Amino acid sequence: MRLVRNLIGSPEGAIGLGILVLLALVAIFAPVLSPGDPLSIAARPLLAPFTDPSFPLGTDRLGRDVLAGIIHGTRTSLAVGIAAALAALAIGLCVGLTAGFAGGLVDEALMRVVDAFQIVPSFLLALAFVSVIGASVPVVVIAIALGAWADPARLTRAQVLSIRERDYVASARVIGMHPAEIALREILPNALPPVLALSAIIVAAAILTEAALSFLGLGDPNVVTWGSMIAEGRNVLRSSPSLSIFPGIALVVTVVAVYLFSEGLTKTIGRGRLAA
Amino acid sequence: MNRAIRLIRRRAISSIPVLLIVVILTFGLLESASGDAVDAYLLSIGGGDATVAQALRQAYGLDQSMMARLWVYVSSLATFDLGWSIAFDRPVLDLILERLPNTLLLMGSATAISFGLGSALGIVAGAKPESAVDRTLSTVSLILYAIPSFWLGLVLSIVFAVQLRWLPTSGIETIASGKGGLARALDITRHLVLPVGALALIYMALFLRVMRSGMAEAWQLDFVVFARSKGLSRSRIVLRHVARNALLPLVTMLGLQSAAMLGGSVVIESIFAIPGFGRLAQEAVGGRDAPLLMGIIVVSAVLVICVNLIVDLVYAALDPRVGASESAG
Amino acid sequence: MSTLCQIRDLSVTYRDQPNPALAHVTLDIEAGGRLAIIGESGSGKSTLARTLAGLLPPRTHLTGEIQWTGGTPPRPGRDLGFVFQDPSSSLNPVLTIGEQVAEGARQHLDLGWKQALERAQDMLERVRIAQADRVLRAYPHQLSGGQRQRVAIAAALAAKPKILIADEATSALDVVVQAEIVALLDDLVRDAQMTLIFITHDIALASGFADRVAIFKDGRLVEAGPTASLLAAPAQGYTRTLLQSHLDLTSPPLVEEAAT
Repeated sequence: MRLVRNLIGSPEGAIGLGILVLLALVAIFAPVLSPGDPLSIAARPLLAPFTDPSFPLGTDRLGRDVLAGIIHGTRTSLAVGIAAALAALAIGLCVGLTAGFAGGLVDEALMRVVDAFQIVPSFLLALAFVSVIGASVPVVVIAIALGAWADPARLTRAQVLSIRERDYVASARVIGMHPAEIALREILPNALPPVLALSAIIVAAAILTEAALSFLGLGDPNVVTWGSMIAEGRNVLRSSPSLSIFPGIALVVTVVAVYLFSEGLTKTIGRGRLAA
Repeated sequence: MNRAIRLIRRRAISSIPVLLIVVILTFGLLESASGDAVDAYLLSIGGGDATVAQALRQAYGLDQSMMARLWVYVSSLATFDLGWSIAFDRPVLDLILERLPNTLLLMGSATAISFGLGSALGIVAGAKPESAVDRTLSTVSLILYAIPSFWLGLVLSIVFAVQLRWLPTSGIETIASGKGGLARALDITRHLVLPVGALALIYMALFLRVMRSGMAEAWQLDFVVFARSKGLSRSRIVLRHVARNALLPLVTMLGLQSAAMLGGSVVIESIFAIPGFGRLAQEAVGGRDAPLLMGIIVVSAVLVICVNLIVDLVYAALDPRVGASESAG
Repeated sequence: MSTLCQIRDLSVTYRDQPNPALAHVTLDIEAGGRLAIIGESGSGKSTLARTLAGLLPPRTHLTGEIQWTGGTPPRPGRDLGFVFQDPSSSLNPVLTIGEQVAEGARQHLDLGWKQALERAQDMLERVRIAQADRVLRAYPHQLSGGQRQRVAIAAALAAKPKILIADEATSALDVVVQAEIVALLDDLVRDAQMTLIFITHDIALASGFADRVAIFKDGRLVEAGPTASLLAAPAQGYTRTLLQSHLDLTSPPLVEEAAT
């Protein structure tokens, strides 16, 4: 909890956290803020923004409320972003810890697999995965996670390897601490901070990847996403550019908030380690 | 020179198992698709009966077992045969080689511009960390890097192609214009300004941040104080000492980003209708063309390996400490 | 002996630090002599060195004054050379030795690169580096600690400054190498009639070659004077403690002393 207090102390972290909390609230309370199905037709098509108070951002080609789409789209972006990052971290931590502790052939083999996932462009991998398995939110989450787990795995392994050799681990071994206890009490807490700092970046990348997949028509067709809204707006780009612009602004604001939060987090972790 | 050759040799050898893993995993993934390319093809031509499907499968070798097909694929890779695209009815390699130059032109220009501008601005920002210039550039780059490339492409398109009509909205050149030589090059350049611009702006933001943070770290190092104690001019310290060291993490980042940049070409080529490699991937996905998709992934992996190798060679040239433990003296 | 500078009531406090690193220091430094500034960690000796050289970090708080004969403070590189404690980090790892030794000469002596590199080779030979022409093209990681410190000295002296400040220049080196470096510094300074200000915690090392010593404790000057007289008959208790706790092969074992 000291972490949270420290986070609010750094200005970027505070702004980022603030915006993210706001977005999370919008996502959670979306059905309250904007009741009904955002994909249903609400009014006449192509209503211009800022003209009708009940449709502040206008309507799209089919007459769907743009503001409702943006509000409900928050759910998809945040949910997919966070879930994909968590999945990538989980896989990465497991593989990295195993490789770092096991060493030898296991380490070599695992690192070749990590290499394989790093040299294939993650967007192409996600594209192939979603097109083969079928587009739904869980599949999109896994597709993005598959492209993102390699970096945390590599980082975790590097951390484990470097910490293993440190003096305080050697002293723990000398006093007879059990290897599992050493792993949990000495190594893991010191290996985590850089990986945590990476996690916010993964969330940001996941949000952008999900948007790109939806834009290309490979997102879940049953939920409204900002990416699909931008793709929809492309059809009427000349006459109603606002349809593509508003969801894009929502994306930029969300990702900027994640970056700011990540910078605050990095600074706090840096300070935290010095204080400990 | 010796360091370089040793590095290339080592990299070539260690890449083979990695490529094999890529091939096997991708093959396994594409296997789990519920329909195969023949199904998609038949769907696109309006249906066909079982005997036609069976005959097609036999012709394309799709009726063999998975292991047999995997073996055939891997052994044909060795002869640079990437299989046959069912949707396009052409060899996969031909299709890829046809489309690749456009993407390389797009990505190459975007990388060069973003690297040049990004490092220059990063040096300006990093010359005086925490100054007003630094804060401004850092904020601008933060926002730029948060922008989805496809959205930026659309916005630029709206402003410059639709509203101002300065630049074309799509394609890589004016079709059937019959231009040649310099006129053609200029035409292609006009068409590439917006897509390259969208990509370059975003990657410039990244390189700016990396250069800036590299410089902020380098300022803390002892040799900077030593340089000051020698009374060297500020520009010499900033460029030859600080920036020269900050260049190293920047080059590393270039290598790390190469895969992401290749993936990013898919959406940009989609928006600007550029007939490139990324667009081909989208078409392969749409046509359920497993051999083509397979070929695209394999070629991407090879490209990334090559780019990483070049980046590592450049890094070794810039950092004399690399490979030092292996040399005799 | 003429005076190089007069330090009057100098106090230095680093940014964001509650306590001053140096407090009310008053000291005269002779030109052309060898002054050893001796103290333990935290005594302020390095701060004094950096203040004299103008190398303090920005926004450091200074009161008091330093009056230099000649009016203006010495310019880094041209009038003053500085050698740091850790030769591994003083040198830029990605530039050649030649460039790093020559750049000072090029900047201050207005030489072209070719001439500056020739001068660099001369300097490397002066600091007794073997195969100086090859070392010009080598990189710092290819040299040993002692060699790197010699290179740092050569680089500091490339523009022929009249003052050399060596801040714990031997503390990171092996004992045998330490003696070599000290002998080298002594030699160079005598030859060029430079002023040497040598910062160290090792009183024995200093007593070997300094003309004058200044003892520092907790940011304050304890006492200063000619080496021989100060060490033979120290006026302050702290100086006496420093001398007594210096161990050599002639002193009785400390553990035995503590037991009695």
